[in-house]
Amino acid sequence: MYDSILLVPLMPLIGFLILSLAGSKIKNEKIVGIIGSSAILISFLVIVNLIFTASSNHLEEPAIVKLYTWFSAGDFSVDISYQVDQLSLFFGAIITGVGFLIHVYSIGYMHGDRRFHQFFSYLNLFVFMMLNLVLASNFLLTFLGWEGVGLASYLLIGFWYDQKFQGFRITWTGDAANKAFIMNRVGDFGMLVAIFLTFTTFGTLEYSSISDLALASKDIYYDSNMTLAITLLIFLGCTGKSAQIPLAGWLPDAMAGPTSVSALIHAATMVTAGVFLIARNNVLFALSPDSLMTVGVVGAVTAILAASVGLVQNDIKKVLAYSTVSQLGFMFAALGVGQFTAGLFHTMTHAFFKACLFLGAGSVIHGMHHEQDIKKMGGLRKYMPHTFKTFYIATLAIAGIPFFSGFFSKDEILFTTYKGNYFIYTLLVIAAVFTAFYMFRLVYLTFYGKERFDAANHTPHESPGTMTGVLWALAGLSILGGFLNVPHIIGHYIGNFPSLLHDWFHPVFGSAQKILAHGEHSVPEYQEWLLMMFATILAVGSWQLARAWYRSDENWTPARNLVAKFPVLYKTLWEKWYLDQGYFKFVVDPVIKSSRSFFWKILDVSIIDGLVNGLGTVTKGLSGVVRRFQTGVVQAYAGLMIFGIIIILYIMVK
Amino acid sequence: MELLFTLFMPLLGAILLLFVNRGAGVLAKTFAFIISAISFLLSLTLYMNFDHTNPDFQFVTNIPWIGSIDAGFRIGIDGMGLLMVMLTTFITPIALMCSFDSIKKREKEYYIMVLLLQFAMTGVFISTDLFLFYIFWELILIPMYFIIGIWGGKGRLYATVKFFIFTVVGSLFMLVAIVWLGYYVGTDLLGNSAGFTTDFVKIRSALETAGMAYEVQKWIFWAFAISFLIKVPLFPLHTWLPDAHTEAPTPGSVILAGVLLKMGTYGLIRFNLDLFPEAAMANASIISFLAVVGIVYGAIVAMVQTDIKKLVAYTSVSHLGFVVLGIFSMTNEGIQGAIIQSVNHGLSTGMLFLLIGFIYERRHTREISDYGGIARVMPAYTVFFGIAMFSSIGLPILNGFVGEFLTLMGAFKSTVLNNHWYAIIGATGVIFAAIYLLWMFQRVFLGTITHEENKSLKDITKREWAMLVPLVIFIVWLGVYPSTFLKLSDISTDKLVKKIERVEMKTNDNLSDKNLIEYQSEEN
Repeated sequence: MYDSILLVPLMPLIGFLILSLAGSKIKNEKIVGIIGSSAILISFLVIVNLIFTASSNHLEEPAIVKLYTWFSAGDFSVDISYQVDQLSLFFGAIITGVGFLIHVYSIGYMHGDRRFHQFFSYLNLFVFMMLNLVLASNFLLTFLGWEGVGLASYLLIGFWYDQKFQGFRITWTGDAANKAFIMNRVGDFGMLVAIFLTFTTFGTLEYSSISDLALASKDIYYDSNMTLAITLLIFLGCTGKSAQIPLAGWLPDAMAGPTSVSALIHAATMVTAGVFLIARNNVLFALSPDSLMTVGVVGAVTAILAASVGLVQNDIKKVLAYSTVSQLGFMFAALGVGQFTAGLFHTMTHAFFKACLFLGAGSVIHGMHHEQDIKKMGGLRKYMPHTFKTFYIATLAIAGIPFFSGFFSKDEILFTTYKGNYFIYTLLVIAAVFTAFYMFRLVYLTFYGKERFDAANHTPHESPGTMTGVLWALAGLSILGGFLNVPHIIGHYIGNFPSLLHDWFHPVFGSAQKILAHGEHSVPEYQEWLLMMFATILAVGSWQLARAWYRSDENWTPARNLVAKFPVLYKTLWEKWYLDQGYFKFVVDPVIKSSRSFFWKILDVSIIDGLVNGLGTVTKGLSGVVRRFQTGVVQAYAGLMIFGIIIILYIMVK
Repeated sequence: MELLFTLFMPLLGAILLLFVNRGAGVLAKTFAFIISAISFLLSLTLYMNFDHTNPDFQFVTNIPWIGSIDAGFRIGIDGMGLLMVMLTTFITPIALMCSFDSIKKREKEYYIMVLLLQFAMTGVFISTDLFLFYIFWELILIPMYFIIGIWGGKGRLYATVKFFIFTVVGSLFMLVAIVWLGYYVGTDLLGNSAGFTTDFVKIRSALETAGMAYEVQKWIFWAFAISFLIKVPLFPLHTWLPDAHTEAPTPGSVILAGVLLKMGTYGLIRFNLDLFPEAAMANASIISFLAVVGIVYGAIVAMVQTDIKKLVAYTSVSHLGFVVLGIFSMTNEGIQGAIIQSVNHGLSTGMLFLLIGFIYERRHTREISDYGGIARVMPAYTVFFGIAMFSSIGLPILNGFVGEFLTLMGAFKSTVLNNHWYAIIGATGVIFAAIYLLWMFQRVFLGTITHEENKSLKDITKREWAMLVPLVIFIVWLGVYPSTFLKLSDISTDKLVKKIERVEMKTNDNLSDKNLIEYQSEEN
């Protein structure tokens, strides 16, 4: 019944193969674009069909479709097999749905690029790998996808490999791509060890078996060192892929890639892989309260730090990148208090509005002839009405203005963290205030006020229909997406509207929820209303502050004054809390320096090799001495012989 | 018969080449290539007729040779041997094809040497007689010495002498061990008329039934091990490798990385593990420790190299560390991983050397700083280099991952090593591999072209395509469906591991008996 799941990764694979092997022969951009996009569209339709099948059949246990045994040795065996359940279908739908829209957008955005077909083949490769990641029924196939999306991300960040990119110790886009891949590998190392530990503990890498085994011996595994180690190592992997502290530094530099890549990979899908992985291993995490706490705290701290950096940046894509890091922090915070559905809900709405924002930014950059500095923009709403409106809608959503999608998902996170952990809640509330501020600052600086660009040279223009059409589709989703999971207190008043997502995910998270049930305190309904209003007031207040500073005052006087008053703080935020500098000073430079001066030149060349060559020299020298005895003079030999006999006699007599 | 043909085909070719005129370079190269291609086809018949449900040696030939020491011309292959032979017959034609451009002087002699080398390498992997094995093992040195020494780069003499001395020192240990072992088994265990034997199968079964005191076993184990570990090479015995690799002509490096190093890992499994399981178990920790050091050390030294070829040479130290770690995990996963990783390393590092050779032909420099931005003028070359690089990095879906994963998994769960840290530290190799290769890739291929000379670089030719495509096919095949290859050695590895487990159990029993006795004596 669920065998059609195989088609889902297959279509983008076929797309990738066609475009990479024959792409250069297809001269027509349209055909390339259609091949690339339709592959994703078909996958999307298959997933939608599967979602309906699953919900009409009330799928309780995951259905597993095995393709073949990947490899085996001894007790170890791992399959290429896919798992159909609520979680995999949910992610599959986001990836292919948003992925399809971004493919279509790219047809316009990448128009005229020398390697147009290659771009689409990489995008298809990315979707193929991402689908493997989320549809896999076992850890190792997820790992394949995990590394595969890393590859695609590497290829796409450095897509314009001959262009420069500004960043700390970064000159070329390729440097940014390296940074992304290498930092991710640090996380992958954690995941690899987690895989070894999982296999030695449970004897399998199949997700459903692991969960069953762990649940069956709940008492042994609960709060045990083993589950703690496994889950923390998994989380190390997640911090890499989802750009959380301490491995957050690569994502802002990943903006070196084309903007549609930033939207697809570095906002909507790949970076949420960490959220997926924790949700996928929800039972293990539920069994390890310390790990969950770590996830929550790391998420909340990342959320507030990244949001604070976003307050002062001037590059339109960098602001969005820090925003993404921060929003991912929100998701992890929700997971950390054990509210998996809340985290996933935000993953989805974030995919809609952040993709919309990034693509809007791409449209702006496109229209501004590759200008990314918002200080050099202003007044663009006149020139690009569609981009402006959709960007505005998405901003309302991310800021948490009522009844836009972000409002519902962020509110649920705030509410659940309030129930679970006040510390996390407080950090998130502040982060939410920052979010509303930096987003509206971005809107006002870009679309309102004086035109600070050189209008005489090139007038900004609105992007073509393929691009604005996609923007509108995503804006629509940013408005409506929240209604998939209306909070039940509101649901009451609009005719018993159900929390669809909660019901949908029940089979996946039910048992984990049971383990966690005793952790949180219950909250009366009026408090829930108060919290919601509190958050709304803060968001709107923050919006109005940004409006007062950046729209009403053409010279941004209050903002400038504040910077002048707190130069150290401003500099710290501008330098992103010196995270990159710290890495280079304490990790990268010492390693390279010691490798160059000590390990290579001293240890390898002088000591080890020197020892070997020294041995050679000694042998040569000794043979030089010994050779003297071989004189060929018989008398000398006879003399030596007598000398020897005397010694032997002496020893014997003694 | 198939095996005999596969073995002697290159020797026959080498002899026939003797009669070719000195000046007839084209004839020599065409002929040598055809011979090696025929050998490859012959090895395919081996593959097709191989019974992978049989753990013992197949295609056996056993001809008495020197009766007084019971040495014979005994050959046969099991799964591991088959994989190694096929690697040899697959890599050699590619190396020969790449010689067409890079070898310009004394062509006839060169092709004789390569064919002789192929003959000896095949011989190493199929000998089931220690005497014969030793002859092939030493025979390798002669052609390799000349290939590096005559057709190599500037420092070729230093490199080739170093290579020669390192290997010979190792072999001498092995020779002593073979004599000792032959005498011990022939006289003490079998009591045959010669009082000596070099028959591998006889020795193995005699040792299995009668056993060997650990005190004696230890010495023979190390004598074999040193010889093989130099060849692998294991840290700190590796310093011949960067020199030999860098100075060898491109096809020499391809064969060196592709096949020659695997003689060491092959020997470790064939002799050290199979003949001396007790000693292997007792010394697994120290060797694995050095392997792990090698993984990290090779990687960090590779990171700061300025010569592309030397960089790749040092990565071999790192990659072969995984193989040795897998072998001495003494688990099924580890050993299977080691075998497949040997093949993988041959493909991906061989391909990297090939690619470096291509660009050296064009620009006559291997300094990273002489390049930059060449992706623009050589797009196809860049793609191939990228594939080889990611295969070497161990990206899943390409070959490198399967081997790395299995060796680390083996080390992680190994009861012999009984310590997770070997695998954990070893796994940091995945981070380093990304650093040194991607960093080099960035500086060579990406960015804009900085040197005027590089603007006119030509992308790869049709012949170069022909060399690269087969490698890519196998790199992907091994990554997507490695079972084709893993299953060949599955049953023989299984047999070996079962034996190790029996020995392990016995050792543990002895230990607990001993503890019991000590305990009882304390009681008294």
